[in-house]
Amino acid sequence: MFSQEVMEMLIKGIGETLYMTLGATIFGYVLGLPMGIIMVTTSKDGIRPNAGVYKVLDVIVNIGRSIPFLILLILLMPLTKAIVGKSYGSTATIVPLVISAAPFIARMVESSLNEVDSGVIEAAKSMGASTMQIITKVMLVEARTSLIVGVTITLGTVLGYSAMAGTIGGGGLGDIAIRYGYYRYQADIMIVTVVLLVVLVQLFQTIGMKLSVRLDKRK
Amino acid sequence: MSDIEVRHLSKSFELKGETVDALKDINLSIKPGDIYGIIGMSGAGKSTLVRCLNFLERPTEGEVLVGGKDLSTLTEKELRKQRQEIAMIFQHFNLLMQKNVIDNICFPLLLRGEKKADARKRAMELLKLVDLEEKANAYPSQLSGGQKQRVAIARALASNPKILLCDEATSALDPQTTASILALLKDINEKFGITIVIITHQMAVIREICKHVAILNHGVLVEEGEVEEIFNHPKSEAARELILGDISENQWNGETRQKERVLEDKCLRIVFTENSAFEPVIANMILKFGVPVNILKADTKNVGGIAKGEMILGLPEGHELQEQIKAYMVEKGLEIEEVTQYV
Repeated sequence: MFSQEVMEMLIKGIGETLYMTLGATIFGYVLGLPMGIIMVTTSKDGIRPNAGVYKVLDVIVNIGRSIPFLILLILLMPLTKAIVGKSYGSTATIVPLVISAAPFIARMVESSLNEVDSGVIEAAKSMGASTMQIITKVMLVEARTSLIVGVTITLGTVLGYSAMAGTIGGGGLGDIAIRYGYYRYQADIMIVTVVLLVVLVQLFQTIGMKLSVRLDKRK
Repeated sequence: MSDIEVRHLSKSFELKGETVDALKDINLSIKPGDIYGIIGMSGAGKSTLVRCLNFLERPTEGEVLVGGKDLSTLTEKELRKQRQEIAMIFQHFNLLMQKNVIDNICFPLLLRGEKKADARKRAMELLKLVDLEEKANAYPSQLSGGQKQRVAIARALASNPKILLCDEATSALDPQTTASILALLKDINEKFGITIVIITHQMAVIREICKHVAILNHGVLVEEGEVEEIFNHPKSEAARELILGDISENQWNGETRQKERVLEDKCLRIVFTENSAFEPVIANMILKFGVPVNILKADTKNVGGIAKGEMILGLPEGHELQEQIKAYMVEKGLEIEEVTQYV
């Protein structure tokens, strides 16, 4: 159907998209997970209430989430260049993806951890658990299925953003869709890339849901 | 020496800018090995009080001494260590839902850094104690309420506590399960000498296992003492309400007509002790005065292991006659009490 050349390009595109999505999600969690944990811990009903810390994080997260991704992509170019050395290509795209995903992840972690039964946390406290033990041995464990669902949602969202980054030379399937499908009117290539993106999202979703159901011992 | 000593404890909360006094000047002393009940209607402050005993809630004023140590003087770290000696079980069990039974019981042991193998060994012993060995690998969602509370008790005992606090531990259970959990608690108290503090709104629970009881009403400790004494001679309105409320809840089904009668008539509540149960006092009284009395209720209860008779009589009209009847009964050694609002 397609030439050898196009096939190779598509396979490379899939690889780049996966690389960006997974890379950005991992680093996003490196930033977002602690942020979410600190927000839950310092919130009014948390185990270590601290209005100041909570407010600062809350504002940072809200600002991060309200800047449109495309604008962030451009705004962050100097930072990207400083970290990666260049401002285009898939590795460079990971930087704005991480900055954009982290606040989103923080919110999702916050909401997952807030679902943990306060009675169980109280029980842990009554046993003499420290704040750190409550976080690592109670909250993260009890909320694990919800956290995995969060990862799944994040993967889908980051994948979408990575495709958007393709429009300004970010690489990956989005890049191919724009260059071939849009600029060169090769609708067939565009359709194939879109189908591939759908399949990838579907794949993440299925794996994530299976995993979260398997790990859920509540039913 | 007391195990738990509460002195002038007060606790107030800020709620929407208003200060709510949950507890007012509470004084308590709980002896080692005691089973001590704290009873009150919902909102009386009992849950707050029990949380002050392990400092899950910090009192606004006053002191809590556990084993002679003033909890407010402890550092965060010392307090956490102290809490390992004060175990707690809850109304809704509060087990880790994502961990199986054995891991739940190991949890407090792993928290304080014990080896996994040792913790598992201890957990198996405890499972045996609570009679749930075959459920070691089940998850809490697969257990019934009573089984969950047994797991919670095993978990509470894992760290060899000196004190066990029970916060409405049987309130979510049916009567049979409640009885078996209470029997288990009694067993634990006798076997290990653990001091047990029971928070409840059910008088039946207090009667079943407690030796001492404190009655809490709107944040104030209105009465305190031996269960038998308070059951026989409730001094406060709140105590009377709880005792009588319990009776009507358990035994008085329907019969509104009779119930209305009770409200109108002068009634006497009579308590028989071992000594007075032999003589046919009521029959003799009827013969002597030649007037009928209405027996509205008669019952024998197990109060702290001693059989107690209790009867409620509707007296015939006429103030003088009523006084004579009362005098007669006192003379015969019965404990009587006028009840006007027997609902």
